[in-house]
Amino acid sequence: MKPFAIAIAVVILGTVPLWVGGTYYVNVASQILLFGIFALGVNVLVGYAGLVTLGHAGLFGIAAYTGARLLTGGHGHVVAAAGAVVLTLVAAAVFAALSLRGTGLGFVMITVALGQIVWGIAYRWISITNGDNGVSITGRPSPLGLSLASAAGFYWATLSIFLVAVASMAIFVASPFGASVRGTRDQPRRMNALGYHVWMTRFLAFLFSAFWSGVAGLLFLYYNQFVSPQVVALTASAEVLLMVISGGTGTLLGPIVGAALVVVMKSVASAYIERWNFVLGAIFVAIVVFMPEGLVPGTARLARWVWAARRPPAATPVPVADGKSGP
Amino acid sequence: MTALAVRNLEKSFGGLRVIDAVNLAVEPGERRLIIGPNGAGKTTLFNLVTGELRPDGGSITLFDRDITRVPSRRRAHLGIARTYQIITLFPRETLLRNVTLSLLGLSPLRWNPLVRLERQEALIGRAREVLARVGLDHLAGRPVGQTSYGERRRVEVAMALAQDPRVLLLDEPFAGLSIEERRDVLRLVTAIPRAVTIVMIEHDMDVALDFAERITVLHLGEVVVEGTRAEVVAHPRTRKIYLGE
Repeated sequence: MKPFAIAIAVVILGTVPLWVGGTYYVNVASQILLFGIFALGVNVLVGYAGLVTLGHAGLFGIAAYTGARLLTGGHGHVVAAAGAVVLTLVAAAVFAALSLRGTGLGFVMITVALGQIVWGIAYRWISITNGDNGVSITGRPSPLGLSLASAAGFYWATLSIFLVAVASMAIFVASPFGASVRGTRDQPRRMNALGYHVWMTRFLAFLFSAFWSGVAGLLFLYYNQFVSPQVVALTASAEVLLMVISGGTGTLLGPIVGAALVVVMKSVASAYIERWNFVLGAIFVAIVVFMPEGLVPGTARLARWVWAARRPPAATPVPVADGKSGP
Repeated sequence: MTALAVRNLEKSFGGLRVIDAVNLAVEPGERRLIIGPNGAGKTTLFNLVTGELRPDGGSITLFDRDITRVPSRRRAHLGIARTYQIITLFPRETLLRNVTLSLLGLSPLRWNPLVRLERQEALIGRAREVLARVGLDHLAGRPVGQTSYGERRRVEVAMALAQDPRVLLLDEPFAGLSIEERRDVLRLVTAIPRAVTIVMIEHDMDVALDFAERITVLHLGEVVVEGTRAEVVAHPRTRKIYLGE
């Protein structure tokens, strides 16, 4: 059942450019995937480690800016991509070392401050970031001879990276380290007493989260071929946090659904409704009221409820305490 | 050699001296009971021994090794395990997963992001054995949130036993239990082999007195009386603290 569902999902996602009808929608699909990767990365911290971050757009932006500057400096795509990821991880190590001095609200406030520092650099350090004008790059790479210049080519490349990101999350969640991270979220004190290095566990989760945020930032750069301070603004950090929360924190599908919701509202609904931000806000309020756990767990709960209501009560087996049932 | 020795331990919270020059020496295999009224500093003493709090002065040794400056998480690896007075479990996880997490804490596997935890049969098998020891193997797959208070108390003990400790600290293991449940937990604690040294904090004198060989009475951060069961019960200061005579 589960491998079957995964196969169908991959086939549907893989054929999107063939049936979605038009370059515009293929580009929307690419954006959903790249923001999905970003939201998956943020979810490692917010959902599994229980550390709410409002500074991850800074890491996303550091990857985008580093890639852009390396490319405009005449380096190749491999150097640009590797440099972007490495610098993002170095920045994330500094971010983590500073912000993990606190948890809860303290952690949030330090990530906000760090994100704002990145924004300040993007906006004011004109010799490096070109300030408000941003940095443009020309051309997307052609890995393995496949050109990413077309919408469909870029989509398939993004999809491959997206699938790797999802797989890495699935492996992480089921692993002992994933269990350690969730443990530090639920009972940090007990975890410490049980012999876990709570700080180091959170630090490594932060790096894992930053890695995928950086990859998403790099994809964003290639998608737009342009990066500006808007990318690292506080609202960008808030937006990805809303993706994670609206879809469902600490779930595999939730951040992806949340990313799809926000991207679709932004690009599709804005064509029809001028005040699309208002509609997005109303949707978030509705989610918080009716499905406070997020769209994915909330829908699952509703489905179970409907399923149970449709079956006659007598058909439900009564659990027996000693594990033996029936005459 | 002593299993656990505490010398001239001091701890203050602001101006309040919670632990005042406390000395304690527990022999290997001993069953020690620590009693005292509320605010005597019993749990604070445990928190100092496990390293969750840093002492202002004095030293703590575990089998003659000075652990005063050893971080809390390392002390678990050196053989100290504890239970909490306020139940501190992972409520969304199953009983089996709770005990597995306890075993994982001492295993290098806890850093492994690539293998599946479900498939770690050696680890999970040991977790099942520990659950069987506390008589909860039939509930292994049930989330902690759906178990009774008495069962959770036993999971608390299972979490500590899973780590195969040399020194086990039990912080009011009978708190909030019915008479039958107390008997269950007492039987469980009594069955722990002598290789494990046990220090227990308890209010319930009836249950706890049978268990302990030596008793330490703590009052306002100081050791007031220490001795065998008979000595402590007969001591006028114990009577004064407990009965206000």
